[in-house]
Amino acid sequence: MGPSPEHPPLPARGSDAAPEAPGTTTTEESRTDLPGDVPQRVLVWRRFRRNRPAVAGALVLCVLVLVSIFSEFLAPGTPGAYNADRTYAPPQRLHFVDTSDGFDLGMYVYDYEVERDPETLANTYTVDESAKIPVGLFVRGRPYEMWGLFPGDLHLIGAKDPDQDVYLLGADRNGRDMASRIVYGTRVSMSIGLAGVALSFVLGLVLGGLSGYLGGRVDNGIQRVIEFLMSIPTIPLWMGLSAAVPRDWGAIQTYLAITVILSLIGWTDLARVVRGRFLSLRQEDFVTAARLDGCGTGRVIGRHMLPSFTSHIIASLTLAVPFMILAETSLSFLGLGLQAPVVSWGVLLQEAQNIHSIANAPWLLLPGAAVTVAVLVLNFVGDGVRDAADPYSQGGGRLGDRNPR
Amino acid sequence: MRRYVIRRLLYMVPTLFAISLVAFLVIQLPPGNFLTAYIAQLSAQGQGVDNAQIRALEERYGLNDPFFVQYWRWISGILLHGDFGQSFQYHRPVADLMWDRIGLTLVLAVSTLLLSWAIAFPLGVYSAVRQYSLGDYAVTFVGFVGLATPNFMLALIFAWVSFRYFGQSVGGIVSREYVDAAWNLGKVLDVVSNLWIPVLIIGTAGTAALIRVLRANLLDELRKPYVTTARAKGLPEWRVILKYPVRMALSPFISTIGWILPTLVGGEVLVSIVLSLETTGPLLVESLRNQDMYLAGSVILVLGALTVIGTLLSDLLLAWWDPRIRYQHMERV
Repeated sequence: MGPSPEHPPLPARGSDAAPEAPGTTTTEESRTDLPGDVPQRVLVWRRFRRNRPAVAGALVLCVLVLVSIFSEFLAPGTPGAYNADRTYAPPQRLHFVDTSDGFDLGMYVYDYEVERDPETLANTYTVDESAKIPVGLFVRGRPYEMWGLFPGDLHLIGAKDPDQDVYLLGADRNGRDMASRIVYGTRVSMSIGLAGVALSFVLGLVLGGLSGYLGGRVDNGIQRVIEFLMSIPTIPLWMGLSAAVPRDWGAIQTYLAITVILSLIGWTDLARVVRGRFLSLRQEDFVTAARLDGCGTGRVIGRHMLPSFTSHIIASLTLAVPFMILAETSLSFLGLGLQAPVVSWGVLLQEAQNIHSIANAPWLLLPGAAVTVAVLVLNFVGDGVRDAADPYSQGGGRLGDRNPR
Repeated sequence: MRRYVIRRLLYMVPTLFAISLVAFLVIQLPPGNFLTAYIAQLSAQGQGVDNAQIRALEERYGLNDPFFVQYWRWISGILLHGDFGQSFQYHRPVADLMWDRIGLTLVLAVSTLLLSWAIAFPLGVYSAVRQYSLGDYAVTFVGFVGLATPNFMLALIFAWVSFRYFGQSVGGIVSREYVDAAWNLGKVLDVVSNLWIPVLIIGTAGTAALIRVLRANLLDELRKPYVTTARAKGLPEWRVILKYPVRMALSPFISTIGWILPTLVGGEVLVSIVLSLETTGPLLVESLRNQDMYLAGSVILVLGALTVIGTLLSDLLLAWWDPRIRYQHMERV
């Protein structure tokens, strides 16, 4: 997340502004330490910590990242396991204490009583309070391969009896467990956001840097391209390009192709930020000084200019991830993005496309809630980093003070 | 001013050209062309197609010509004859299929824009003037959620709520009893009554963004010394705020059309699919799924061109509103 909140060892100064013990409130700290005495990353971290939504967002973001790393372990089941007797099964409520027969501590859910309509073959579920399915932590369940490498069958939560299934968030059309699918979808959706941003980061940094540093005709050309890309409606264009991805490509190939398409259009924002920074830094005295000292272009950029706007870049990167996630979700939702065996939030939402499935099974909308949460916290964190990025600025920037896009 | 307008118009030409290139690229990108699809369809029906016939068709449509020759044929057909090509799927000219739907898309986009402004303006001003009040936090929070929720999710939730609690199935802008009717007052009212919900849904993200922009700009203005001066003169508070800072903060507000319009058009595509509105959105998705590329490319072309024109209008509006922009550009000429 950043440097540790502890104070760096500071040389004692002959003023009353000696650093206080860690744990005091941040406002006091920033008043007592003059900005020049502490490294920039510490100042950034302090400002970031004062922004409560950003800190809360960062915590949730950590959870999301952990979920996408340890999906196999955290999911109660596997995303592909289906059960025809459990189509559109509603979510089961998790009970902690059983008072029906004395007092019994322990997690359990009630089983369903299933009735199948002989004509429509639709299942109707009623909660069967007589049949309990005990639920436990760290249970042995369906086997999986961790990261596709290590076989395992340990699940954080699940039915104690491996032959029984629990549906904490309901089941979909094929009786697949939504909770497991959402957990696995987190991995794909979050990673496509990161991969897309990584690619557009390279494009944006190079083109924006060139544009800002060289100026003149190069700048003009690149600016026209950016203006053009920003002036056309992105979603139709994304749709058009991803429709060209051949249907018979494998999951990995499609994934990569979608990432490339997203970042081909998504780099413009970053390029603008980088260019703006370059333009303003070019005028700074320390850059001129470095150049007069005989530094080459590479050294001026890498050693003198880059360090002073890395935090701005990190902020723009964080703010670009949610756009990527939203774009992937939209494309997959339309059936033009990732395809079915792959599980992403957008692919999951495809199931919720028609009104009848939503009316019967509103829990199919839950992946959408995951999207909203992910985008929200990424925005909070990005805004926090951006506001903290310039520790020397006074007051000023707060949540929502950014021109989006 | 006139010079600025002319300059701005000239700027538009390369952009439009680039859009048409991209649209044509979308047409050309998928493997095969409409002829291969046609042949596949014929052979699926059990009709044999001999090579001579294929070659004759290829000749006729110039399918073996280089990219730019084909592009020229396509774009000159559009510009000179308004001929967008043939939809393979419907066996009808693309132009016939497209135009009435584009009308509805335009209506949706423009009304969404107006509604976004109407909502964002008072909320943004309130949020800035009463900074850190409960209302400000509420507005900011709703704004953030609005930005974070995909539009089509809102549409889905809305569809579910209206189905679950009002027993209504949503869909369509024109009610069933008016579908074949000629345009009259009743039909217009009917359309308006069906329109406001999609407009609200499409506008959420844009409105949220506008509120944030206006709030930030106004906050910057309110800190400036001239505001204190105005207050010190004894002007009533509402005049202090409305007369100067709001006017200053409005310029960026107007220029937002430029980037809000592409978002609106994109959001419109998604929402229309969920709510099954008769706009370009479902048409575009369907044509892309079926590789009906002339239709898809034309829709992308027209949507792109309309967006660029919209951006132009917003720039002109801005130049008219804010003399600083006019003069700045004139100096550069």
